[in-house]
Amino acid sequence: MKTIYKALLGSAVVAWMAAPAAAATLDDVKAKGHVQCGVSTGLAGFSAPNDKGDWTGLDVDFCRAVASAIFDDPNAVQFTPLSAKERFTALQSGEVDILSRNTTWTISRDTALGLNFAGVTYYDGQGFMINSKKLQGINSALQLSGAAVCVQAGTTTELNLADYFKANNMEYNPVVFEKLEEVNTAYDSGRCDVYTTDQSGLYAIRLTLSSPDDHIVLPEIISKEPLGPVVRHGDDQWFDIAKWVYYALLNAEELGINQGNVEESLKSDKPEVRRLLGTEEGGKLGTDLGLTNDWVVRVIKHVGNYGEIFERNVGAESPLKISRGINALWTKGGLQYGMPIR
Amino acid sequence: MATRQTIAEGAAPRVPLFYDPRVRGIAYQLLVFIGLFAFVYWIIGNTAANLQRANIASGFGFLEGRAGFDIGDSLIEYSSDSTYGRALVVGFLNTLRVAFFGIITATIVGFLVGIGRLSKNWLINRICLVYVEVFRNIPPLLVIFFWYFGVLSVLPLPRDSIGLPFGSYLNSRGFYFPKFLWGDGSWLVLLALGLALVFSWFVRRWAYKRQMATGEPFPVLWTSVALIIGLPLLAFVVTGFPLNFEFPALSTFNLRGGVQIRPEFLSLYLALSFYTAAFIAEIVRAGVLGVSRGQTEAAHALGLRNGQSLRLVVIPQALRIIIPPLTSQYLNLTKNSSLAVAIGYPDLVATGGTTLNQTGQAIEIVAIWLIVYLGLSLATAGLMNWYNARMALVER
Repeated sequence: MKTIYKALLGSAVVAWMAAPAAAATLDDVKAKGHVQCGVSTGLAGFSAPNDKGDWTGLDVDFCRAVASAIFDDPNAVQFTPLSAKERFTALQSGEVDILSRNTTWTISRDTALGLNFAGVTYYDGQGFMINSKKLQGINSALQLSGAAVCVQAGTTTELNLADYFKANNMEYNPVVFEKLEEVNTAYDSGRCDVYTTDQSGLYAIRLTLSSPDDHIVLPEIISKEPLGPVVRHGDDQWFDIAKWVYYALLNAEELGINQGNVEESLKSDKPEVRRLLGTEEGGKLGTDLGLTNDWVVRVIKHVGNYGEIFERNVGAESPLKISRGINALWTKGGLQYGMPIR
Repeated sequence: MATRQTIAEGAAPRVPLFYDPRVRGIAYQLLVFIGLFAFVYWIIGNTAANLQRANIASGFGFLEGRAGFDIGDSLIEYSSDSTYGRALVVGFLNTLRVAFFGIITATIVGFLVGIGRLSKNWLINRICLVYVEVFRNIPPLLVIFFWYFGVLSVLPLPRDSIGLPFGSYLNSRGFYFPKFLWGDGSWLVLLALGLALVFSWFVRRWAYKRQMATGEPFPVLWTSVALIIGLPLLAFVVTGFPLNFEFPALSTFNLRGGVQIRPEFLSLYLALSFYTAAFIAEIVRAGVLGVSRGQTEAAHALGLRNGQSLRLVVIPQALRIIIPPLTSQYLNLTKNSSLAVAIGYPDLVATGGTTLNQTGQAIEIVAIWLIVYLGLSLATAGLMNWYNARMALVER
């Protein structure tokens, strides 16, 4: 029922907005004094409230980076938890300014849905998790024919699942819920044999189950899931800001600028560093973006570079302990490649 | 009288057009109509412009696209290769299914409890009272959660299924029972059933006529029961028992074979039935109490027996009171079925929601939802109004 209301509200809002939202999101955001950021309803490592009620995670930190670049304040951001089903309507209708909610970049979303993906903050792939205690002897997804599979509604996961079982001539029984917590409960209570979502998600969800050690993630990765922040069509300036905040995070890591040494780096005389941090004389890279020239300094000072964000939320310093893998910088054999800032 | 006539005759033509009540009435209505039209026009134009500016595709063409997602529970053939339109139809049929069975069960339970509330037996009376008060005062969503998470999800896993009579099983994946496999000649059984129904109808008509003419009653009910059970049974024996069963059996993950009723359907159906039954019980109680005692006494004075006076005098009058509020309970049940989305039952809202998400066609999907629920409710109301008109008191 809530979905109906939300969707209704969404369409009503689309219907009512005479001209705003699309015009200049940056101006609206500045007028409001905060960035409205759409996040998940709770996915450890990506966007979840901590024990103090503050939102933390990789997706959350991206929004904090955008807020830092605009307001020099990582807390000038308000979070709207959205289910997978609600997220696009919320973005399209202007309920949120930016959607940073482990959302997969696909062509149909980029075109027909009227969205723009600002980059890939996490390269993921879909996997399967089973309870190895109850289902002994299963160690491959190809043995799953006939299983009941828990999956979240309205995700690419749901579509990949259908494709994978069809391609391998296997049957399955989909059990589809709208909210992540509902899927978790259903899987934990034994309603399904298999849980499928992005592998990073599986590791995060495993921590929340009643006996995490009983569950194993099967080795197969059945899809490409490039996850990243999303904005609406129709406002190129805002799209640029989201995109370049992401590249700035990567470039900072590449140049070795982090939260600890950013103040010191201001004195650097390396041209690349000076350009990135806006200390170059006559530089106007920041103002061209609609921000101030020290925008990258603000971002790094408050949230750190991409590597720091990764390690803090999903990497070695977090309970998830996910290795950088393909999310390492291109210089270290990964796929993360920051476009040149010059 | 006289004065008024004079004014009407003499002064009427000279009233300025602005003060003419008829002209004013039309003018106001016209104004409201134009205003409303302009408003709707503006809304539609504005929506279209906004959609276009945001580069969001619109129109209903998306319904023919490949859905790509699977649906667990479907009454018709459906796979991920089917279209979005078909996915919506699957959802619609699931909504209809739960509403249909829910209405039947809620009516039966509601009538039983409502009559139980009137019982002179203290225990029955109190049990029914507690039932009504408990279910009536809990939000339906919680009742659904109670059945789903509280009752059905704590059932054992398939491997440790609870065995029930007739090869049925109950486990956390639902209720399994054997599937009937009709063999050759089974159409004869169906034919016999049809014949029995037709015969019963004729017997009833004949008995009614005879009673009107001679006053002699005829045991119509028992004759019909005998016909409806006996004829198909006879056909069944004659054709040599053309019936086989496919029993559910355990496989790696689940029980295979047989018919599975999934816990999502079961919990939604049970929750809606028991929730709505509490309201129906109160309506039935009010209806029966609404027929004055004098009616029963008069019927007894005419020599009708207890059952007859109930059937021929009290119930027809009670129904007149019961039907209109009952209709709105049926509508409530149908609409509440959209709570299915909370427990993952693929009803119209759930499949529509997934479609909405995959295609981004929010306005179109919401329009479909609105139209379908509106249509469903109007159809139910129309049916009940027709029934109500039939049951209305015929005054002579």
